[in-house]
Amino acid sequence: MLTPRAPRPGNGKLAGTSMEQVLANGIYLGAQYAMIALGLTLIFALMNVLNFAHGQMYVIGGFVTYTIYGQLGLPYIVALLASCVTLAVLGALIERFLFAPVIKGSSREESTMLLAAGIAFLLDALILLIFGEKQRGVPKIVNGVLNWDFRVIMPYDRILICALAILSIIAFISFMHYSKTGRALRALAQDRTAAQLMGVDVDRYSTIGFALGAMLAGLVGGLLVTITGVNLGMGGPTSVKAFMMVMIGGAGVISGAIAGGFILGFMEAIGLAVLSQYGDITYLVIFVSLMIFLAIRPQGLMGKPWG
Amino acid sequence: MNGLTSKQLIGFSIFLLAIFVGVPMAISATGRWDFYFTLTSVALLAIASAGVWLTFYIGRINIGQGAFALIGAYVSAILVAKAGISFWISLPVAGIFAALVSVLIGLPILRLRGVYFAMITLVLTQVVTLTALALPITNGAKGITSIPLPGGISLFGLQILPPFDSMADTKLAFYILACILMVLTYLALWRLVHSRLGHICRSMQQNEELASSIGINIAYIRIIIFAISSFFGGIGGALFGSISQSVYPSSFQVQDSVNFMLNCFLGGLGYVFGPMLGTLTLYFGWDLLFTLGKYQLLVYSVLLILVIRFLPNGLLSLRLGNIGKGGGK
Repeated sequence: MLTPRAPRPGNGKLAGTSMEQVLANGIYLGAQYAMIALGLTLIFALMNVLNFAHGQMYVIGGFVTYTIYGQLGLPYIVALLASCVTLAVLGALIERFLFAPVIKGSSREESTMLLAAGIAFLLDALILLIFGEKQRGVPKIVNGVLNWDFRVIMPYDRILICALAILSIIAFISFMHYSKTGRALRALAQDRTAAQLMGVDVDRYSTIGFALGAMLAGLVGGLLVTITGVNLGMGGPTSVKAFMMVMIGGAGVISGAIAGGFILGFMEAIGLAVLSQYGDITYLVIFVSLMIFLAIRPQGLMGKPWG
Repeated sequence: MNGLTSKQLIGFSIFLLAIFVGVPMAISATGRWDFYFTLTSVALLAIASAGVWLTFYIGRINIGQGAFALIGAYVSAILVAKAGISFWISLPVAGIFAALVSVLIGLPILRLRGVYFAMITLVLTQVVTLTALALPITNGAKGITSIPLPGGISLFGLQILPPFDSMADTKLAFYILACILMVLTYLALWRLVHSRLGHICRSMQQNEELASSIGINIAYIRIIIFAISSFFGGIGGALFGSISQSVYPSSFQVQDSVNFMLNCFLGGLGYVFGPMLGTLTLYFGWDLLFTLGKYQLLVYSVLLILVIRFLPNGLLSLRLGNIGKGGGK
């Protein structure tokens, strides 16, 4: 069951190594990463489930956008919405029929980890059967390259995707802060029992929360397919990166996930610029720094001790 | 071994008879020689899974066993193929090296708990794969290939074991070797669980602060257990490299680490022999489903999910009564 090594999302050819370029790359990578981490941390905060299938959900989002925008030729925004809806429905179904009963029936809460791994296999199998294993790409949504005095070189589509990602993050935070659903979800994350005593329908909001987390993964998949394309093998490495971001920021904390995403994005951008002469050791360095960091602060930047 | 009832002794003898006599006879009767490779893989993966089970015994979910298996495989491969050292020496060296690495890495990360530990061990697998790709001694993506088969052992001029390449049936030899090591591993595990250390581990699984408050040096025990666990991983990996005669950075990946964890969960965490059963079920199940072609992964994952959905506490929880509960056979 060895999956082929996949190109990692987001580190295609980034030109130039000026300071401005590195910063621009960092923001671009960070915005994508933050969105992936947000979904993972949301699911973790609500249900204490480590969603191994998050990377696969991201890949499905990419494939849905590929099918609707790349194959059927419908407008990009329709494809993006379809990705979100597909994943939200998928997430809700998975929560309602798999996670909820297992959480209730198991004597150990670690069983959910096994279930999540099983779902990751299942989604991989479905992706293989429905979309095949080839690398897929879509036509560019905007053409042209921004060239600011050869200090920052960035294609327009990357800038657009980055802006869309940042807008989505802002929309998500506002939703969590100002809507009734968002308040209920935050209450649930803080204290499940207390939320239930205050009249929050715990089962219903767990499903909504899981759907929302899955939707975020689908949205990032839909956004990034325009730049990196999508293939079957991307799921696992994406999950691993998402875990790293969540560990940096602290599991189950929304601001932590955003911070973790941007920190990893910047570290990767800087690492690729500075360390590329020594070979592919960026992630090695990142991991060693992560271990040292966690030795000093095990709960991450903003996490509660022992999550 | 104290506390071994006659019932357990009989069960154990039947098990030994089955794997060392029954299986070879059945295979030569049916002519399915390919099962030797499958069962050998099951045995050595079960050795590595035993390590994962042990880390769970102190309440840590370990998804990093692939990293230590890969380290073990590379150490053995480099010693045998590049330095020309006998495989039989390289096997324990690989285990010890993996254990030493685990002590270094374990010092900071064993302070983490729950999902934090699970996540960082998962990342660890990815990092060891990357390291293997980057280091010159591991040959990068090309890996180390055509590792010689294990040589013979002779003591005071007396040949105890002939070299593997002079044997008529290498598959059978590897099968017997893997099974002997597996039996030894699980005997060690069984002994450990029933020793004082085992009781300490159980107390740490339930509540570390409480264990610490009655005078247990939890930091020390954690490192010891993690080192033993990684030792098993290193042995399993070294054996794997020797059987396939090659090691690549992709030999053990994140996927494999997850599988090691699945083996333990599926067999049941409350039973010493759980990981062995889990490995057998998962690996054999995967192999048997091979005839389904492209639907293999689909059927496999659906079955896996159904098992978790309806038997959330592992396969061994099916057994009626609680004979040897917490201890296995």
